[in-house]
Amino acid sequence: MTHSSLFASDKRTASRNRAEKRFRAYGIIAISVGLAMLAVLIFTIIRSGSSAFQQSFVSFEVMISQEEVDNAEKALLKTGVYQKIITANFEKAVTNAGIVTELSPKDQGKILSKRVASQLREFVLSDNFKADEPIAFQFLANSSIDGYLKGRVSREGLENNKNVSVEQLNFSDKLVEAGLLKKSFNIEFITGSDASENSPEAAGFGSAILGSFAMMIVVVALSLPIGVAASIYLEEFAPKNRLTDIIEVNISNLAAVPSIVYGILGLALFLNYLGPISANDWIRNNSPFVGGLVLALMTLPRIVIPTRAALKAVPPSIRDAALGIGASKMQTVFHHVLPLAMPGILTGTIIGLAQALGESAPLLLIGLVGFIGGEIPANVDQFFGGPNTVMPAQIYQWASRADPAFYERAWGGIIILLVFLISMNAIAIVLRRRFERRW
Amino acid sequence: MQNIKIQASNVHVYYGDNHAIKDVSVDIQDNTVTSFIGPSGCGKSTFLRCLNRMNDTIDICRVEGNIDLDGENIYDRRVDPVQLRAKVGMVFQKPNPFPKSIYDNVAYGPRIHGTAAGRAELDEIVEKSLRKAAIWDEVKDRLNAAGTGLSGGQQQRLCIARAIATSPEVLLMDEPCSALDPIATAQVEELIHELRESFSVVIVTHSMQQAARVSQKTAFFHLGNVIEFGDTTQIFNNPKNKKTQDYITGRIG
Repeated sequence: MTHSSLFASDKRTASRNRAEKRFRAYGIIAISVGLAMLAVLIFTIIRSGSSAFQQSFVSFEVMISQEEVDNAEKALLKTGVYQKIITANFEKAVTNAGIVTELSPKDQGKILSKRVASQLREFVLSDNFKADEPIAFQFLANSSIDGYLKGRVSREGLENNKNVSVEQLNFSDKLVEAGLLKKSFNIEFITGSDASENSPEAAGFGSAILGSFAMMIVVVALSLPIGVAASIYLEEFAPKNRLTDIIEVNISNLAAVPSIVYGILGLALFLNYLGPISANDWIRNNSPFVGGLVLALMTLPRIVIPTRAALKAVPPSIRDAALGIGASKMQTVFHHVLPLAMPGILTGTIIGLAQALGESAPLLLIGLVGFIGGEIPANVDQFFGGPNTVMPAQIYQWASRADPAFYERAWGGIIILLVFLISMNAIAIVLRRRFERRW
Repeated sequence: MQNIKIQASNVHVYYGDNHAIKDVSVDIQDNTVTSFIGPSGCGKSTFLRCLNRMNDTIDICRVEGNIDLDGENIYDRRVDPVQLRAKVGMVFQKPNPFPKSIYDNVAYGPRIHGTAAGRAELDEIVEKSLRKAAIWDEVKDRLNAAGTGLSGGQQQRLCIARAIATSPEVLLMDEPCSALDPIATAQVEELIHELRESFSVVIVTHSMQQAARVSQKTAFFHLGNVIEFGDTTQIFNNPKNKKTQDYITGRIG
């Protein structure tokens, strides 16, 4: 046998080392690609969506006499009268600021959102209104002007754009210079509700957030206790026989069923069958309650599988220890197995719930994409049973509308949705840390 | 002659189709240490787990025959295995303290069985059990520390303390020293000597020296049968069966 030095690696060792190096390189490449994709995704979302949180406002003072109010309230088209009041006040403000424009006062008023008249009326009818006093007001600019300030609308393609003219843009430039028109943070985007096709500047995500919230309450209240209890029973108490085998296989299959199938199930079961016979206000089209029922069905197997895995991962020695000193099966499970499985159960459950929060396909089928211009739900029945929409469905709605201003809002909605999802995952991590114990 | 505490007669155990224990009859006496020896896979642990019905947790396991505790068949339909296990405690091969404090480990049994009337009484039971398990002096200042933070030998003594805290009548020990170093083993063996005063102890062990040191009775298991059962001194000095002799002299096993 020839003497081999430890300093020089032999052929076989060298080739093994090369293989290992290659494998590590592949791993690093795969992770880098993944991270790059993630960075691109986050960058795009923030770049396209962050502008949705800002809105262009025209600020000027409005002075209204009680007589004007009375006249307006007597008129058939009340908002039309308020529109005129705004136009008159706007022209005064423009003249006071020393802005010269060839636009008629009426055309000047057109750079404001179509919603301003009702916005003003709401204020006038509220208790805060005092007649004959100047009130500083922030009116939404219309979406074209908003787009111009955000760089979405440019002067190049103007001849094809019927919504806005060169004169209006020149006028806006002057308004900006005079400080009357500027972008500022738009809380209405987070708290408000959706608006019609022709006033995207007024559309908000608030009702969708509330809708999602109502729906998730139903999902958690149903799927969490049922899912965890079913898992504990199947894992710890159920006899191992053919029946439980079949159940186990079916649960795994259910977790893989496309979510839209649950949507059609919900449509057939809850809306078409249960709705008419139950006469319950909550079980009807567009209601977050039905959305919650459907998503609870979808989430159940996604909770059962990780919960069972977490229970299975608890070392059998702990069960032996408890049984060996005369603990009953139930005491063993609830005093020892469950606390140890808790981190796994919570993580799996929260990820299942996060999936439900981001789900849109089944909800499209049960009508949770209703156009909502409504108010904040007044009571529990409204909250769970009133027509509403949920975050992903609202995003879908906006993304499919024609005006690019809605597109921006879709991205903005995605940012809000992601904030919720990331918070849920953060909660999962925190809970995991808190419950994690050594054995 | 001591009273017979457990009388096992014609016990058969099946794991599915596997006939693991074949017609075993053994008498366990009061205040006596009985050791089960034999090569791996001979069924001694299986038989031990029959004595407090721990085998019930294994679905495919089936037990036939009679095992009487104080004259009552523990496999009778009227017997609740949970109640039985409070009388027949068990210590396992691998130390398995609960991931709770030392105090809670020992107090768990008395708590679930409701043996302590109040906090003071519970404290007393915990201290007594830890003292009996010869670990009190090492842990008395940190009863709220995690039981899993102790060393292997300490953990095993904690498990013994936990088992005796429910004041069982019989203590089953399944290779309690196999994960321990010689010093910890000596401590546990010392302990078994003392425990004999209050309970009857059944110990499964791979170490023949250990069986010789701690037990008064020894059963030699081989392939699911009890080949020989008798006084430890007789089994080790004057085995009647050829197989027993081969095993204790190291020729098989």
